Amino acid sequence: MRRNGPLALIFHTIFVIVMVAPILVVCLVAFTPEGFLSLPTNGFSLRWFRTIANYPEFIHAFWVSLGLGALSSLVALLFAVPAALAIARYRFRGRDALAALFLSPLMIPHVVLGIAFLRFFTSAGLGGGFAALIIAHVIIVFPFALRLTLAAATGMDRTVEMAAVSLGAGGWTLFRRVTLPLILPGVISGWALAFIQSFDDLSMTVFLAAPGTETLPVRMFLYIQDNIDPLVTSVSACVIAITMTALILLDRFYGLDRVLAGKGDTGR
Amino acid sequence: MSAVAEERSARAPWALTAPPLMLFVGVLLIPLAMTVMLSFHDWGQYKGIEPIFILKNWHEIATDPYYAEMFWRTFRIAILTTLLTALLGAPEAYILNRMSGRWKSFFLLVILGPLLISVVARTLGWALLFGGNNGLVNKLLMSLGAIRSPIPFMFTETGMVIALAHVMMPFMVLSVWAALQRLDPQIENAAMSLGAGPATIIRRIIMPQIMPGVLSGAIIVFSLSASAFATPAIIGGRRLKVAATLAYDEFLNTLNWPLGAAVATLLLVALVLIVVGSNALIERRYAEVFR
Repeated sequence: MRRNGPLALIFHTIFVIVMVAPILVVCLVAFTPEGFLSLPTNGFSLRWFRTIANYPEFIHAFWVSLGLGALSSLVALLFAVPAALAIARYRFRGRDALAALFLSPLMIPHVVLGIAFLRFFTSAGLGGGFAALIIAHVIIVFPFALRLTLAAATGMDRTVEMAAVSLGAGGWTLFRRVTLPLILPGVISGWALAFIQSFDDLSMTVFLAAPGTETLPVRMFLYIQDNIDPLVTSVSACVIAITMTALILLDRFYGLDRVLAGKGDTGR
Repeated sequence: MSAVAEERSARAPWALTAPPLMLFVGVLLIPLAMTVMLSFHDWGQYKGIEPIFILKNWHEIATDPYYAEMFWRTFRIAILTTLLTALLGAPEAYILNRMSGRWKSFFLLVILGPLLISVVARTLGWALLFGGNNGLVNKLLMSLGAIRSPIPFMFTETGMVIALAHVMMPFMVLSVWAALQRLDPQIENAAMSLGAGPATIIRRIIMPQIMPGVLSGAIIVFSLSASAFATPAIIGGRRLKVAATLAYDEFLNTLNWPLGAAVATLLLVALVLIVVGSNALIERRYAEVFR
C-alpha cells in the first residue's frame, strides 16, 4: 500500500490537534492559579481541585453517578445475558423483531426518552427518585450490554458445553461453570461500556434528576448554565481522568476498536 | 424423551427473553405511547394539564412560524455538522488506515477515545476555546492573519456546528474506517500498475467503495446532531434554541408539558422517517457492497 504523503500528514496533524484541543484546554485551565478562567502561564496550582471539597453537591453528585452507573449496568446485564443467549442460539419467530426492540433505545433521541420517562414516572409517583433513574438508565444502557454479550455468545465454542453435558452437567451448573466463564470477557466489557454510557448521560437524566438525585453531568450542566469558572474545569478534569482510566483498562482487556465497532450503529 | 427436549427448546428462547421483553414493554413502549397521548392534551397556566383530546399543540406547531424556524435551524445545524464530519472524517480515516500498525492503533485511540469522554466536558472545552471576542480560537486565527476581526462563536450556529462536529467526528471516522477494512489493498496496486494516478485512484477506486461507510456514518451523525442536547444548550445558551433544548424548556421552565411532548413526538417521528428512509435508499443503491 502507498504511504501517506506530506500533505496527508499535515492534515492528520491538524486533525488530531483539533480533536484533542478542547479536552486538553479543560485539563490545563483546571490547573490555573488565578481566580478566573486562564491558561496557567506562571505555575501550576491545585487550588481549584481543593475547592471541589467546598462544594458537597459535586461530591454527592459524583457518588450518585457512580452508584447509578454500577447498579443500572448490572441490572441491564441480568436481563441482557439471557436475552443474548436466546438470540444467539435459537431461531424462533419474532427473533429479529425482539433484537430490534432491544436495540431501539439507540435510535430514540435521549431527550425524547427523558420526556417519556418524566411523564411515566411522575404518573407512577416515582418522579425524581433514584429508583426511576435506575430503571431509565437500565433501558438506555441495555443495547450496549446486549451487543457485547451477544458477540461473545455468538462466537462461543459450543462443543465445550456439549462435553460438559455429556459429563452430566446441566441447568444452572452448566451455565455457572461453563457458559458464563466462556462469555465473561464480553459480559465484563458490556458492563464497562454500559457504565460509561450511564455515567456520561446528560440529555435524558436532566429531565429526571431532582435535587438530591442529580448526577455529575447534570450538576455540571446546571452549574455551567449559570457561570463558567475554573471550578467546573477541575471537576471536568477529574471526570476525564476517570474515563481515561476506564478506557485504558477496556482497551487492555478487550480492545477498544472491538468495543467501539458497534457503537452508534443505529441497530441494523 | 426427544419430544420433551424439542418442546423445551421451543419454549426456551421465550423464557429467556420474556423478562427483558416485559421490561421494554412496561417502561419503554408505554411511556412513549403516553408521551404521544400527552401531546394531544390541553394545558393552561393555571389549570395545568387537562386530559382531553385536542389538536391545539399540533396546530400551534404547524402555524406559529417560531416552530418552523426552530425546526429548520435544527435541521440546518444537523446537515452542516454531517457535511463537516464527512469532509474531514473520511480523509482522516483513509490516512489512518495507511499508517503502520503501532501508529494506527495509537491515533485510533486518540480519535475514538473522546467518544467516551463526557459530552459536557468536551463542550466546555469549546466554550473555553471560543470564549468571547478574545478566545483562543480567535486569537490564533487573527495571529495567522486568517481573519481581521474576531468571529463570534459563542451563542451562534457556527460555534454549535463546530462543537457538534467535534463531538460526532468519532462516529464518522469509525464508520469509514470499518468500510476501509473491507477493502482489498491489492486493488489500489492493480489500479496503479494499470497507470492510474493518485487522484484517479481516490476518485475511481477508493471513493465508490467507502461511500456506503460515509453514508451510514452520515445517518448516525445526522440523527445524533438533530437530537443533541448538551452541546446546543451550552454553546447556544438560552437564545439559540433547537428542538431538544426547546422541549427541555417547555418541560422544565414553562411547564407546558403537552406542547413539549408534541415537539418531542415530532422530533422522534421525523428522525425515524429520515433514518429508516435513507437506510433503505443506501441499502438498495449499494446492495452489492452489503452482500
